[in-house]
Amino acid sequence: MKILVFVNHVPDTETKVKVSADGKTIDPAGVNYMLNPYDEIAVEEGLKLREKSSGEVVVVSLGTDANKETLRKALAMGCDKAVVLKDSSPRDSFGVARALADYAKEYSPDIILCGKQSIDYDDAQVGGLVAEMLGLPSISVVVNLDVTDGAIVAEREIEGGHEIVHSRLPAVIIAQKGLNQPRYPSLKGIMDAKRKQIEERVVSAIKPRVEVLAMKKPSAKPPGKIVGTDASAIPELVRLLHEEAKII
Amino acid sequence: MPKFQGVDYYNIDALLSEDEILVRNTVREFVDDNVLPVIEKHNRAGTFPAHLIKQMAELGLFGATLPAKYGCAELNNVAYGLMMQELERGDSGIRSFASVQSGLVMFPVFAFGSEEQKDYWLPKLATGEKIGCFGLTEPDFGSNPGGMITHAEKKSGGYVLNGAKMWITNGTIADVAVVWAKLDGEIKGFLVEKGTKGYEAPEMHGKHSLRASVTSELVFQDCLIPGKNLLPKTGGLKSPLMCLSQARYGIAWGALGAAMACYDAALQYSLSRVQFDKPIASFQMTQEKLVYMVTEITKGQLLCLQLGRLKDQDRAKFTQICMAKRNNVYHALEIARTAREILGANGILDEYPVMRHAANLESVKTYEGTHEMHTLIIGEDITGIAAFN
Repeated sequence: MKILVFVNHVPDTETKVKVSADGKTIDPAGVNYMLNPYDEIAVEEGLKLREKSSGEVVVVSLGTDANKETLRKALAMGCDKAVVLKDSSPRDSFGVARALADYAKEYSPDIILCGKQSIDYDDAQVGGLVAEMLGLPSISVVVNLDVTDGAIVAEREIEGGHEIVHSRLPAVIIAQKGLNQPRYPSLKGIMDAKRKQIEERVVSAIKPRVEVLAMKKPSAKPPGKIVGTDASAIPELVRLLHEEAKII
Repeated sequence: MPKFQGVDYYNIDALLSEDEILVRNTVREFVDDNVLPVIEKHNRAGTFPAHLIKQMAELGLFGATLPAKYGCAELNNVAYGLMMQELERGDSGIRSFASVQSGLVMFPVFAFGSEEQKDYWLPKLATGEKIGCFGLTEPDFGSNPGGMITHAEKKSGGYVLNGAKMWITNGTIADVAVVWAKLDGEIKGFLVEKGTKGYEAPEMHGKHSLRASVTSELVFQDCLIPGKNLLPKTGGLKSPLMCLSQARYGIAWGALGAAMACYDAALQYSLSRVQFDKPIASFQMTQEKLVYMVTEITKGQLLCLQLGRLKDQDRAKFTQICMAKRNNVYHALEIARTAREILGANGILDEYPVMRHAANLESVKTYEGTHEMHTLIIGEDITGIAAFN
C-alpha cells in the first residue's frame, strides 16, 4: 500500500509567539518548532496501516529547510521516505493544498493522511482541498479507521456523538485527536533516520487568494473582580454571573 | 507549571546535530509524559517506578552507545549525554537506573566479556528483559576500592565468592550482578545471576535521597558460580574504573538536567510569586541567584559538550571526565539549594521538584567518586603528586 502523509512544521504549543515587525507574520526568533500534533496522529496511523498491510509511508511537507527537522522526526518514527517541497513565499490554504496535491498526483498513493488542522493558523482546510483537487473522497475528524481490501470504515467525531461512514480507496483521511496515541521515535529509529535521504523539490510560488492583512495578539484579559469575602456576597455573585457574564 | 522548554542561553543547540536534538527532545517528551506525573508519588513511597523499564527499553535508552547488532541504538556520546540530562531532569534515580544498566553492566560485558557472554547478555539487557547491577563498593572500602575484601577462589566447577558489597543501585531487582572480587590478589569481574546459592541482595532502607531508586547490599557466602561467568578481559582496578568513567560521564550530563529542572522551577516561581506588590523576580537578590544558576548551567553544558566530542574521537582523558562530574554535580547541588531559597517555604513541598533534586544530588555528589576524590585525581594529574596515598 502506498501511504502518503502530509506533515506541517509548526511552533511548539508552549512557545509564546510574537508578531513580526511587518505585523503580518510571526517572529520566528526563539520559537521552538514541532511536528504538528494532528499530523503526528496521521503519521502514526500511516505506520499502523503499513504494519497491517505492508507497503511504504512517504511524508511530505511544504516549507523550507527548517521543515526537515519535522520530516526527520517522522522518519525516526518509522516512515520510509520524506520529501520537502521548498517554497518560502506566503501561501494561503489553497496554495498549500495545491503544492501537496500536485505531489500526490505524481506519487499516486492508495491513501492520503493528514491532521485535521495545523495548530499555527488553524485554517483546517488543506485535507479537504487536496481531496477536491484530486477528485477523491475525503473523511474528516476521523477517530477510528479500518481499511480492509480497499474498503474504508471510519468513525467520525460529530457534535454530541459519532458517525460511522464507508468509502473506498483511494481517499483522503483527516485525523482527529483520539485516532491513536503516536509512538515516540526510538533512539534506534533516530539513528536509522539519519541514513535516510530527504528529497528536496523546489515548487514555484503561487499568488494567494486570501491575503493576511494583519496579525494581532489577543487583547489582555480584564482584571478579576472581588465581590465580597463571605457568604453575604453570594446573591450579588449570582446576579453578576447571570446578568453580566451570562453563564448561568 | 508550564512545559519545560530547555535551557540554552548560549545557543548551544547550534553546536548539536539534528539527530542529537531529536534524541534529546524525544527523551524530554518521554520524561514529561511518563516520569514527571509519577515521580513524586514514588519518591514519597520510596519505590522505583519499575513500569518504566519496558518503555525505556523500547525507546532504546539502555546501552544506547553500543553496536546495533546487540539491539542498541549506536548513539554518539553527545546524544547519550543529552539523553542522561533529560532523564535526570526527571529524577536522579531514573538516570541512575539507566547509567547502571548501560555504563556499569552492559559496558563491562561489552568491553571485558567473551563473545558468548556478549551475545547472550547484551540483547537481553538492551530490551530490559534482564536488569543488571554493579558491585564494587564495600562497607569499608568506598573511595579506596583497591582494598576490597571480597574475593574469589578457583574451585572445581567454577569460582567461589565470599564478601559483601554495599550501596548497589538496582541490586535487589537485578537478574545479574557484575561483581568485582580479588582472584589470587588481582581484581577480576564476575557475573553472578540472581538465585545463585549463597548470593543475597537485601534492599537498604531509610534513605533521605534517591528514594525512587533501589539501593542494596550484595552478600556472597560460599557462592559458587560457573567458570564461564568470569569476565575474561578484566584485570586489576583499571577495569572497574573504566566502567566508572562511563557512568561518571553520564552523571556530568545528568546533573545538568537536575540543575535545569531547579532553575526552571525557580525562574517560573519568581515571576509569579508577588511580595511587596511585585514579583520576587524583580528583586536584585533573586536576580543574582537566577543569574548564578543560568551561568553555571551554561558553563556545564559547554564542559559536557566538548567532553562528549573528545570522547567520540576517543581522546577524552578520565581526568577530564572527573572534572565534568565534579564541577557539574557541585553546581547542580548549589543550584538546587538556591532554587529552594527562591521558592521559600514552598521549596520544601513536593509540589515542586527542587527539594527532591537537592536531596538526590547529595548522593550524586558522593557516588561514582566523591567530590573530594575527583579533586585529588585532578590535583594529581596537574601536579604529578598523588595526595591520597
